[in-house]
Amino acid sequence: MLLLAGLFLLVFFGSFMLGRYPVTPLELIKIFFNKISPFFSVTWEAAAETVVWQIRLPRVVAAGLIGCALSLSGLSYQGMFSNPMVSPDLLGASSGAGFGASLGILLGLHYMGISTLAFCFGLAAVALAYAIGKASRSNRLMAILLAGMVVSALFSSAISLLKLLADNQQALPAITYWLMGSLSSVRMADVAFLIAPLFLGAVPLFALRWRMNLLTLPEDEARSMGINTRRMQLVVILCATLLTAASVAVSGMIGWVGLVIPHFARMLFGSDFRKLIPASALMGASFLIVVDDVARIAATAEIPLGILTSFIGGPVFLVMMLSRREGYDA
Amino acid sequence: MLNVNHLSFSYGDKTTLSDITFEAAEGTRIAVLGPNGAGKSTLFRCILGLLPRFKGEIRIDGKNIQSMRQAELAHYAAYIPQSTAPVFDYTVLEMVLMGTTGQLGPFSCPGKGQKEQAREALQSLGIDSLAQRSFSKISGGERQLALIARAMVQGAKLLIMDEPTANLDFGNQQRVLERMELLAREGYTVLFSTHDPDHALSCADGVLVLREGRMLACGAAEAVLTAKLLTELYGVEVSLEASQTDPSRRICVPLRK
Repeated sequence: MLLLAGLFLLVFFGSFMLGRYPVTPLELIKIFFNKISPFFSVTWEAAAETVVWQIRLPRVVAAGLIGCALSLSGLSYQGMFSNPMVSPDLLGASSGAGFGASLGILLGLHYMGISTLAFCFGLAAVALAYAIGKASRSNRLMAILLAGMVVSALFSSAISLLKLLADNQQALPAITYWLMGSLSSVRMADVAFLIAPLFLGAVPLFALRWRMNLLTLPEDEARSMGINTRRMQLVVILCATLLTAASVAVSGMIGWVGLVIPHFARMLFGSDFRKLIPASALMGASFLIVVDDVARIAATAEIPLGILTSFIGGPVFLVMMLSRREGYDA
Repeated sequence: MLNVNHLSFSYGDKTTLSDITFEAAEGTRIAVLGPNGAGKSTLFRCILGLLPRFKGEIRIDGKNIQSMRQAELAHYAAYIPQSTAPVFDYTVLEMVLMGTTGQLGPFSCPGKGQKEQAREALQSLGIDSLAQRSFSKISGGERQLALIARAMVQGAKLLIMDEPTANLDFGNQQRVLERMELLAREGYTVLFSTHDPDHALSCADGVLVLREGRMLACGAAEAVLTAKLLTELYGVEVSLEASQTDPSRRICVPLRK
């Protein structure tokens, strides 16, 4: 776990040095320290400081936060639905947010308006799925899951409809590009936008980490051990939705992270959420920062992050699966 | 210890249990017999508080379970499910520790004290060497023992076992049955369902026979389980014969046509 934390720090700080504008490690350290007090005399160009503080800091922080949020959200859903193949967009949070963003773009809203609308529709989609599922009298969790799939499909079609309506000079490319997921236009304001929902989503999940273990068991078993499974399910759905909707609202749709990172974490640490929650958070953050670095550097134009996560995540996952250590079954 | 009075339960308009009355004294083993769909698991789920809207009354240690919250009931009755492997792979120790959740606040994790209890429970069942093994990689019999350990740390004196011998090989079946006898001697009350009349004959102090949600018979195993009743219950001709090594023991033998 310490190793993971070290890796995260390495990736986090290393990312400040990567990019078209080179910043040496020494410069970076000096720039950081000088923010606190003018400790070192300024030996670098003013542009370096701008690059570090205005461009790379929000981007690296946002990538870290979103990677962490999507992994935690995916991890919680996988546990709650007792299914390792589940991802954070299961109940419609992503497609709802995607719809909200597309609508915002179509209406010509400004940048923050788009994020806000995306976030609200993300929450609304899951609320709808939950309400429908709750009304069912049979297996409640299964009903919520099915309702989520329906709501998700509904919003996906609605996105297509909006694309059809969008003019193909401006709105359509903007929507398409947004849906592919990117952090290229992230500013400090976005990071501020992310912090509150992510905090509200992640803290309860961490606090309930032991009980999350019981939630992975069949419902009768968990209840007979004194767990109020319905309340737990509501809390988990609420938290996971906050995490996903806020992430998608800022970055667009970034798939794969929420599915794969929890797998990696389980391969390394077993199934105990006491270890899985910090491990997934650190791994998710490191992974997305690295992928975003690649997105920035690899080509002259930015590569959408959503595309890269699968291109990088897929093969890495396969390698790990084939060389998995004894005792893990996917 | 356990008193069930005029218990009825219906799913919608389908009655799955009607007018069940029986009691289990402390330190006894009660077998619940009946073909599939007889209402065995509905009965168990009612006693465990999982189906709160039943009619009638269930008391454990004199306390009405309908006045208890789920978390409180967990200190009275523990559920030991069939030993299937879970989706996510926990270690045996982690699995047993889950039984301590009722002692913990909602946001706390098991600490030293809970670990100690789990170790002790594993030790008393003779499987402490399995503590760090993966729950899905041990044998079905060992899993059943680990689940018993989990119920023990839960602190409940009433153990409800859903077909404890299902999916086990012959040797493991006998080992689990022997363990149930030891548990009863330690003061646990064991309520278990089984499809094997021999297990009821050899290992139960009392028997409850259910069919289509109704109580067909209830009482001491020797008195209740007759060849006639078993033949009627399962629709197969059987005879009960004395064992050669121990003539006081009877064995259920299906008759060939």
